[in-house]
Amino acid sequence: MLTLALREQPTVPLETEGLTPDHLATCRHDEVESLTVWHGNRRAQVGDFFAVSGDSGEELRVEGDLRRVKFLGAGMTAGRLTIAGDAGMHTGAGMRGGELVVEGAVGDFAGVGMRGGRLIVEGSAGHHIGGARQGERAGMRGGEIFVHGDAGDQVGAGLRRGLIAVAGRVGDVAGLRMLAGTIVALGGLGARPGAGMRRGSIVAMSPVTLLPTFALASTYRPPFLRLYLRHLRALGLPVTDEQIDGSYARWSGDGVDLRRGEILILDSERALA
Amino acid sequence: MRLADAEVVDTFAEAFPMWGARIVITAESAGWAGEAARSVTGFATSVIGCKCEAGVERVLDPAETPDGRPGVSVLLFAPDRDGLAKRLVERVGQSVLTCPTTACFSGLEGEETVDVGGQLRYFGDGYQASKVLDGRRYWRVPVMEGEFLVQERFAVAEGVAGGNIIMLGRDSASALRAAEAAAAAMRTVREVILPFPGGIARSGSKVGSRYSGLMASTNDVLCPTLRAQVANSAVPPDVGSVFEIVIDGLTLEAVTEAMARGLHAAARSGASQVTAGNYGGNLGPHHIALKDLVPGPGED
Repeated sequence: MLTLALREQPTVPLETEGLTPDHLATCRHDEVESLTVWHGNRRAQVGDFFAVSGDSGEELRVEGDLRRVKFLGAGMTAGRLTIAGDAGMHTGAGMRGGELVVEGAVGDFAGVGMRGGRLIVEGSAGHHIGGARQGERAGMRGGEIFVHGDAGDQVGAGLRRGLIAVAGRVGDVAGLRMLAGTIVALGGLGARPGAGMRRGSIVAMSPVTLLPTFALASTYRPPFLRLYLRHLRALGLPVTDEQIDGSYARWSGDGVDLRRGEILILDSERALA
Repeated sequence: MRLADAEVVDTFAEAFPMWGARIVITAESAGWAGEAARSVTGFATSVIGCKCEAGVERVLDPAETPDGRPGVSVLLFAPDRDGLAKRLVERVGQSVLTCPTTACFSGLEGEETVDVGGQLRYFGDGYQASKVLDGRRYWRVPVMEGEFLVQERFAVAEGVAGGNIIMLGRDSASALRAAEAAAAAMRTVREVILPFPGGIARSGSKVGSRYSGLMASTNDVLCPTLRAQVANSAVPPDVGSVFEIVIDGLTLEAVTEAMARGLHAAARSGASQVTAGNYGGNLGPHHIALKDLVPGPGED
């Protein structure tokens, strides 16, 4: 396994596009060290900031205080990247495959524009995870993002396909203008979820105040949700039997758009009955 | 050769390739999963008249099913891939989609797939929605009860059809007792089904007929009532009744194992003779010789 250890936190954000296991799989140490990174507006080399050790292969590990290191794992297509600690903004942006595990927290815009692969955040995530790249209408187009802590605002904004699951609390306006896909909030959901959503599903496990443009359809047990929740439990997220077996109120919206989306809210009273 | 009280004829079953799929049906209760399974496997005894052959493979524990509910595994076979796809759409559409609380999944994995849920989704009349999880697409079809969930593509595989054993007995009761024991033993094998009622056919057939246009007709050489009329009757003087068990399976090994277990059970349960049906070796590539099964399942 190839390991990159950050020597000291950079004074301004360090942009590291290309530090992915698939890209570095066949590189020698000197080749890795000579790769370009941007320290603010200054061109620099990986070797200026990271100590490189270990053998190249399908696994890459990045260590250190990486909160000011941006774009870690961005665009990766295969392999496994482990970030030992917190990571900065745009972590896993545009991922197409492989698995990226952040053992700490991630900054804003993690997983924006993802098309495949799996991003696992063991801590909390910032705003705009799984959203759209700037200037684009559609957000994440595939893959999975799992956050074991909390997540900020606008989770899955413009989401087109894929699954975002957050074990903790999700901030405001989750699923803003989402086009399809699924967001599961296991620990609470902030204000105005699904604003402007066209299609897709937002799942909440506790009461939510919805926009008046959502209408209650019925309360039932969505068969697909059992598959999703069992999948999440198998991956280590805290899903309870009550949530898997429970009934959910189905709210259709957003009425300002197609009203083809849904917000499913666990009906705790029925679940306990 | 003899096995227990039965004579085992030195012949072989002639099996041939047939495309198969495994359907996993789940429901809120084992009862409703069973209802759907019975319906989807109904009228599917023989491709001669039903276009497909189907049966219940086994009951599934909730821990074995994709959604964690009680389930039933069904195998369905048809002569070709396209025909199998049509039968799947027809039967899942008419018998599973309609059945309370059910969901339906592919029970096989593989590159070769056919579109099932992708066809049934149109029942949703535009209100259907899809979900993709772990690389598999599922369709959510709104129905009056709530929602029907069906996997879009079902994996299909080339299986083996036409495995069989034929049990001859002194009278109808003893022959049927032997056949029942054989069917029960065969059902313990996974990846096989016995498509006839209760697993047993009383009307084995031969290819063709004296009537034009009829693909199959009664197997006269094994009809005890015709022993005095048919020149080449294969019914011994002390035999009054004959039953056949047909086995379809996903693999030749499973079909062979089922035949072996059935042969031994029949021989120990009143059959006076056990034989097998074939077409002179001209139809199918798989010849399962009964003599190879006599040492017993799993024995050399």
